[in-house]
Amino acid sequence: MKKLLIALMTSTAAMSVAVSAEAADKLKACWVYVGPVGDFGYSYQHDQGRLAVEKKLGDKVETAFLENVAEGPDAERAFERLARQGCKLIFGTSFGFMDAEVKVANKFPDIKFEHATGYKTAPNLGIYNARFYEGRYILGQIAAKQSKSGVAGYIVSFPIPEVVMGINSFMLGAQSVNPNFKAKIVWVNSWFDPGKEADAAKALFDQGADIIVQHTDSTAPLQVAQERGLHGFGQASDMIKFAPKSQYTAIVDDWAPYYIERVEKALDGSWKPEDRWDGIKAGAVLMAPYTNLPDDVKAMAEATQKKIADGWNPFTGPVAKQDGSAWLKDGEVADDKTLLGMNFYVKGVDDKLPQ
Amino acid sequence: MDMTVSILLTIATAATPLLIAAIGELVVERSGVLNLGVEGMMVMGAVAGFGAGFLTGSPWIGLIAAIVVGALFSLLFAVMTLSLATNQVATGLSLTLLGLGLSGMLGTGFVGLPGERLPNLYIPLLTDLPVVGRLLFGQDPIFYISIALVFGVSWFLFKTRTGLTLRSIGDSHTSAHALGIQVIKYRYLAVMFGGACAGLAGGHLSLVYTPQWVENMTAGRGWIALALVVFSSWRPLRVLAGAYIFGAVWIGQLHAQAFGIPVPSQFLSSLPYLATIVVLVIISRNKRLTMMNTPASLGQAFVPDR
Repeated sequence: MKKLLIALMTSTAAMSVAVSAEAADKLKACWVYVGPVGDFGYSYQHDQGRLAVEKKLGDKVETAFLENVAEGPDAERAFERLARQGCKLIFGTSFGFMDAEVKVANKFPDIKFEHATGYKTAPNLGIYNARFYEGRYILGQIAAKQSKSGVAGYIVSFPIPEVVMGINSFMLGAQSVNPNFKAKIVWVNSWFDPGKEADAAKALFDQGADIIVQHTDSTAPLQVAQERGLHGFGQASDMIKFAPKSQYTAIVDDWAPYYIERVEKALDGSWKPEDRWDGIKAGAVLMAPYTNLPDDVKAMAEATQKKIADGWNPFTGPVAKQDGSAWLKDGEVADDKTLLGMNFYVKGVDDKLPQ
Repeated sequence: MDMTVSILLTIATAATPLLIAAIGELVVERSGVLNLGVEGMMVMGAVAGFGAGFLTGSPWIGLIAAIVVGALFSLLFAVMTLSLATNQVATGLSLTLLGLGLSGMLGTGFVGLPGERLPNLYIPLLTDLPVVGRLLFGQDPIFYISIALVFGVSWFLFKTRTGLTLRSIGDSHTSAHALGIQVIKYRYLAVMFGGACAGLAGGHLSLVYTPQWVENMTAGRGWIALALVVFSSWRPLRVLAGAYIFGAVWIGQLHAQAFGIPVPSQFLSSLPYLATIVVLVIISRNKRLTMMNTPASLGQAFVPDR
């Protein structure tokens, strides 16, 4: 009996040592992506962030990811699988993972969760997002300066707040340069369909736009711009290779600093769920080098970028809504809650928002 | 006028991959085989076309690679369904899933690289003609192949003896077998022709439409091609009509939006699908004729009894 007890005690002791040794050695951080890592856009940029974590923290972390995870019930299985495989910190990177991730987070209170672009939280679930609209204000200014026809073509995916916010910010930027600037808006109802995005770009150019802006993920619209000798902006990653003569700049999502910070915090035990919405200032939103631009326009763009980095918000009054009614008073700054739920256009947008 | 020409050119580019994939699948289905793997074969053609074009620097080699890889990939389906008599629907679906996954894996190294574009045709004088010049003599080479395919397949199916044999196999493989026709051999060739066409359609995407490689870049076009075949009641010229109606409404709705027509964009986006189905159903409303054109043994496995 005594022997058995000793055997039991030593084996549990050995086990607990093994567990703690492993915990001290390595943290397993895991990611769930909605698209393929090879989309060269949204999911690709998240994965670049993951790779940066591996590079920076080396032996201290082990990472894993699941790609092409459908939003909805499938996502729940994905999160649960990662949780059971020993992931201690899990990032869900798409809006549609929200409910699934909350559910799994409640089930595994010892595991840390983070969800991008959502709004639901839990004691072990934080949220994060990036202020892409800050970059879109700069695009608007450049477009208004560079366009000869005074019309930009704007290709968009779905009428969600993120996208509407981008259109509004772009228009405010453009109007700050040319109050009569117009944008023709085409909804392609897809995040990712290179062919359809190319077709939309051709249609917009055919109708007189000479600059293309996109809130979809492929490089196709820029390629069309290059073929036609016109211009545009990259989306999510620097797309200069596809349009060396046509890209003015690109809004680049850089998740690396955030991911590194969060994983480091999980390692040293100071991780707490947060609600983070970083932008140009924190380096979450980068602008690709300004190219194909005259010096004065480049200087203007850089000045605006600096102003935003110093804390200025593009949604600063006076701003009127599309129907002319007042929204922001002079000097008033839009609060984050309104922005995150934005479902209206500002004055001057020439489109009816699909409901 | 320039705008009209430009719109017509855009429509042709949008319709061409659908047309080529559909015409290939039409031949496959006429032989009595239902291959739901069009999307998978197409995306394999796209990655092969881009890869070969990028590595050799010649989009023409890319074009050939797309065709060859499409045909080889369909061979997998042929071995499974024809020699091993597996379920065609399930095998076709797995072919699509395999193609999407495999192409993503093979294409990892090609992501984010600009590709080679097939040059448009240019014939001095003819291409410079106003209006018709660019439409008739200034398009990409695959456009001309697609038109030739439609008329070639139409002639083959309805004017040649081999075409008649192929159709008879599709209508009743047991009778054809009893007559001494090598059912399996014909079907192998038909499936591989379909694969070659799907591969070429994929090559059009990565070599002409949007010269780049990204995972899943076919974005469901293989499925549209499959639907076109059924709704055109297995007639090549109707597939041509269907693909161009789809392309026209597809481009038209984008123009309507850019023009600022106050119609909900979700409705406009669904319009190409609706319009194509409605038109093709109206063309094919003669029930007797449709029945006659439907391959009777479509989708049934065939095991020779002796």
